[in-house]
Amino acid sequence: MARAVTTRHKTIATIAAWAVALLIFFPIAYTIITSFKSETEAIAGFNLIPSGTLESYQAVQSQNDYFKPFMNSVIIAVGSTLLALLVAIPAAWSMAFSPTNRTKDVLMWMLSTKMMPAVAVLVPIYLIFRDTGLLDTRTGLTIMLMLINLPIVVWMLYTYFREIPGEILEAARMDGASLWNEIVHVLTPMAVPGIASTLLLNIILAWNEAFWTIRLTTANAAPLTAFIASFSSPQGLFWAKLSAASTLAIAPILVMGWFSQRQLVRGLTFGAVK
Amino acid sequence: MATKQTRSLARLMMAPSVILLLIWMIVPLAMTLWFSFQNYNLLNPGNVSFAGLFNYQFFYTDPAFFTSIRNTLVIVVGVLLITVIGGILLALLLDQPMFGQGIVRILVISPFFVMPPVAALVWKNMIMHPGYGVLADINRFLGLQPVDWFAQYPLFSIILIVAWQWLPFATLILLTALQSLDVEQKEAAEMDGANFLNRFWYLTLPHMARAITVVILIQTIFLLGIYAEILVTTNGGPGYATTNLPFLIYRTALLGYDVGGASAGGIIAVVLANIVAFFLMRAVGRNLDK
Repeated sequence: MARAVTTRHKTIATIAAWAVALLIFFPIAYTIITSFKSETEAIAGFNLIPSGTLESYQAVQSQNDYFKPFMNSVIIAVGSTLLALLVAIPAAWSMAFSPTNRTKDVLMWMLSTKMMPAVAVLVPIYLIFRDTGLLDTRTGLTIMLMLINLPIVVWMLYTYFREIPGEILEAARMDGASLWNEIVHVLTPMAVPGIASTLLLNIILAWNEAFWTIRLTTANAAPLTAFIASFSSPQGLFWAKLSAASTLAIAPILVMGWFSQRQLVRGLTFGAVK
Repeated sequence: MATKQTRSLARLMMAPSVILLLIWMIVPLAMTLWFSFQNYNLLNPGNVSFAGLFNYQFFYTDPAFFTSIRNTLVIVVGVLLITVIGGILLALLLDQPMFGQGIVRILVISPFFVMPPVAALVWKNMIMHPGYGVLADINRFLGLQPVDWFAQYPLFSIILIVAWQWLPFATLILLTALQSLDVEQKEAAEMDGANFLNRFWYLTLPHMARAITVVILIQTIFLLGIYAEILVTTNGGPGYATTNLPFLIYRTALLGYDVGGASAGGIIAVVLANIVAFFLMRAVGRNLDK
């Protein structure tokens, strides 16, 4: 009896959850489907089976030079994340392993810089970028996104490093390991998973950042966010083309995101929810 | 325990991060504050003078100002209501045993990884477009008149899109909190004859309280700054119907070239964000002590 109830319960939960999940995922699925339609097909009414043509993908590349904003996105997202890691790893490391009375205050202060609304400093940043020639350059955007994500990177690394047990270090030292050996053979292997998770989440955040990337670029350094935003004024029949460009823009990050669900919770709540 | 040497090494290791963030925090903000007291228009850059509180007065008396504050708050509250209530319900559902839980989770979390311009344009053109959108197709199928969402319900449309983007975030965090609930406690409550509603109200909800607080505060920070979704859909219109504070500042600065006015708006935005930040820092800080 109890077993029958459980199976029924499970069946109902399965049906309900799948229905909601498919509804939530529908806009993404329909975009992917439409990207394989021709423009006339795309506006011919609701239809879940595309003809499978690749002409919108070809059009996006040939008419809009899709590859350029794509590479800009890759360079800016990866570049800013690596730069942030370079600066943040030593800081998080020292805060996790030799904390002082002020460590907590420093961490909270770093977090507070994240609260500053971007739009409040739009004018000075725009003027600084204009006067230093950084406007519409990949260098400028890389620096900008590095600064924006630096607090999150420090925080994430700190929460990971803090979980590395200090006793292991002492044990290694007792066994006569040199500082170099300690770093290479003991600490690095334990720190790599945390660093990798931080890397992944921050590439996602930088890839999707849509205020500075749109406002500080025009053509040269425009990443995918700015490129897609240029579709906001309709250009005749563009449904299939918009779908193809959108699919290409979200696909890599969607896959990365699926792999980083757990780290996402941790990283975005600053360790408050695990 | 730490020797003097390791302590100065630690300080050295922290220096780059601290210095960078210090510059990032102080320089632009100080400039915004300075500009907010100046008459400074980019169309007439040679003619800069002290303005006193004129920019604030100008911003304050602009009829768009109160509309934008109202819209900002409506977006924040509307999205929070949908995502928190929806997130709790979804988390409860996803916590049940089911077939294909992994795939369901992946489907539900996906919208969070869609960049804002894509999310907004997909909703605008594929779903809500009065001619070719899916909702129009459904309406026609039912024999109804298609709705022109962005003309008739502009602010609601924005809220719907943003809620779609943030519902996965709320769900994921609340689900994580839910899964850390002690199974034995749940079973004990069940044995004591507590029904589902009672268990939810007296056991599950208090357990999720902190996660809910965190969701509300973090989302508020981001929702106060919604920009790209408005830019690519309504561009703030019709009229000022979907202009929020960030969008008004952007319009003043880069379309009106009014550096002083935009800076005054920026300072107002900082004050607003700080009120929220104050509560967030307390919630996160409390956790650090544990």
